[in-house]
Amino acid sequence: MHFDELIGHLGQHTVDGLSKGAIYALIALGYTLVYGVLRLINFAHSEVFMVGTFAVLILWNQLGVQNNPPIGQAILFLVLGLIVAAVASGGTALALERVAYRPLRRKNAPPLIFLITAIGLSLVFVELFGQVLPKLLGGALPDVFGRPRQIIGMPTIIQQETLFTIGNTAITNIQLIVFVAAVAMMALLDWFINRTRYGRGVRAVAQNPETAALMGVNQERVIMLIFVLGGIMAGAAALLWSMRFGFTQNSIGFVLGLKAFTAAVLGGIGNLRGALLGGLFLGIVEVYGATLFASNWEDVIAFVVLIVVLMFRPTGLLGESLGRARA
Amino acid sequence: MIDKIRSADRRRVGFLTSIGDRWGALPKWQKAIGVAALLVFVYTLPYLGKLPGGLMIPGLNNLRTDSIAGGNNWAGVLFVCAIYVLVAIGLNVVVGLAGLLDLGYIGFFAIGAYSVALFGSVNSPVVKWIQQEFDLPPTWAVTWGICLLLAIVLTMISGVLLGWPTLRLRGDYLAIVTLGFGEIIRIVARNATGVTNGPVGISAIPGPEGPPSADNKVFGLIDAKPWYWLAITFVLLMVILVRRLEHSRVGRAWLAVREDEDAAAVMGVYPFKFKLWAFAMGAALGGLSGFLFGSRNAFIDPTQFNANLSILFVAMVVVGGSGNMLGVSLGAVLLAYLPERFRDFADYRWLVFGLAMVLVMILRPQGLIPSRRRARELKDRAAEAEEAPAHV
Repeated sequence: MHFDELIGHLGQHTVDGLSKGAIYALIALGYTLVYGVLRLINFAHSEVFMVGTFAVLILWNQLGVQNNPPIGQAILFLVLGLIVAAVASGGTALALERVAYRPLRRKNAPPLIFLITAIGLSLVFVELFGQVLPKLLGGALPDVFGRPRQIIGMPTIIQQETLFTIGNTAITNIQLIVFVAAVAMMALLDWFINRTRYGRGVRAVAQNPETAALMGVNQERVIMLIFVLGGIMAGAAALLWSMRFGFTQNSIGFVLGLKAFTAAVLGGIGNLRGALLGGLFLGIVEVYGATLFASNWEDVIAFVVLIVVLMFRPTGLLGESLGRARA
Repeated sequence: MIDKIRSADRRRVGFLTSIGDRWGALPKWQKAIGVAALLVFVYTLPYLGKLPGGLMIPGLNNLRTDSIAGGNNWAGVLFVCAIYVLVAIGLNVVVGLAGLLDLGYIGFFAIGAYSVALFGSVNSPVVKWIQQEFDLPPTWAVTWGICLLLAIVLTMISGVLLGWPTLRLRGDYLAIVTLGFGEIIRIVARNATGVTNGPVGISAIPGPEGPPSADNKVFGLIDAKPWYWLAITFVLLMVILVRRLEHSRVGRAWLAVREDEDAAAVMGVYPFKFKLWAFAMGAALGGLSGFLFGSRNAFIDPTQFNANLSILFVAMVVVGGSGNMLGVSLGAVLLAYLPERFRDFADYRWLVFGLAMVLVMILRPQGLIPSRRRARELKDRAAEAEEAPAHV
């Protein structure tokens, strides 16, 4: 136990946790949106994120991005990366819905069947990117798909620098960008769900599907919309991840997805603001825990948090509701 | 195209059910002959197509995994099939009978394997500690038979410990929590170096004749046949046990809880108690399987208990036909045997398993050899969906 280390650098660990949690929160939104409307855990959402990181990787590879480009170019690469990742992730999420979930919904399959299908899909995606694409495209894109299942590095777009220090807490430019960008994306989504016509449709279906259908809400379109929105958020998370950590792998989604799901449950699954809160909270708890024990226990901490939350407060910190619709 | 497949499938199922009915109508002595023939077949499988005298039977010989270049030892593959069948039977109690999706089954498998390693091997830190505390000779370790009991008891306890707080959760939450449990067990095995030797692993895990050595007459390291016979004996015993349980009061309670928890509770079946019982039972079978795995391998380390295996186990059950013991056994054998026999496809096996899971769930959620009851249940739900199309 390293209490001194934790207390001595509490501010630093909090900042590290927040910037880590912001990425969890963005992925958690995908779980929360789908759960809020369909009462279904989209287990394959972690792979939606993984596809996003590969989209960024391929884009940067094709553009011939080098380490530390000039600032103008860096911004261009990031914006292009955001667009490509959002399209790739959103498209993947939509494809999952159309190919797998829709036929099951027609049959009114029990929730466990959805979950098993999602696990199968997740496995299919992991293997596609780990085993099949390296063999198919290994020659065409050797820097992207060299050997199966390897960790693939990405160019550094922004050099990590300390922007300013408060006390003994150093805040780097990357941490700031990740945090601000993630919160901005979430604010945008929150506005979309709570203030626009489409968002009203989503809330209506979440509240009561039958009544919403009677009121003229196209349910299938709402369902497609939430999958796409969740995918876009995962795409944004993928870009931030690529910028901050600079690597990806076919199996990257598994643990990250579990943590994002934990974040969603922690904040109250189905609740957008809860996902933000849960993500940030989990990020901080994880960094604190890793400091207290040792960093190789980090993954255990998230699972223990999940079990404890589900035992004592299964509705999460803020309660389960999409857009404050359900009491 | 899909309609054609469906109608062919319906004919196949009709054929299977008619076999089932005919079997049920046979006189007792004919059934006994059938069972005896099956037993002989199962126990002589290691000689499939290759008789002891070196005589080859060309057609059957091609089924063996050692008939292809670089193929694995046939009896060794059969042993793996047998322990996977054991896993499938155990997981079937949890998933198929009680309707609880357990994605952390590898955790119980690992606990079973680690029980024999930690208590039975002279290289394990636990045994070393006991030797020091009680002034025992350095060759002392817990014997295999007691390790077997320990494995079963420890996995049952861990099943209850995991189930106690989590079985009150909704089904889909339970699945994710168990997934986390499987990962926790692996990470603990990797990080708790003082107890488990961490990533180094534990060697010299004993078999029925004691620690692995060249002097062992029956359960050696090279010839896997005795190990297969041992495993298949356990499988048969467990099949009988689970079959008896399934048709007892407990088994009926499991089905009732699976189909409608509230209705079961109203009828005086306390769901939590029976779910916990199913969890403990399933855990014990997983532990037994892990125990056999550890003792045959003689060496284990945390990388052998990857989360992917949990998903493989679930795939065996759902592809085979959850709720039907014959179905899940078939699923286990297929998923263990096919990648070994068709090595070209071994690289893609996880892809194929994933696709198989998705396709089975969408086209045939009751599995290859369905449990009749479960198939009816799913059909009911589909009919309800047609009556009320607006309902999600």
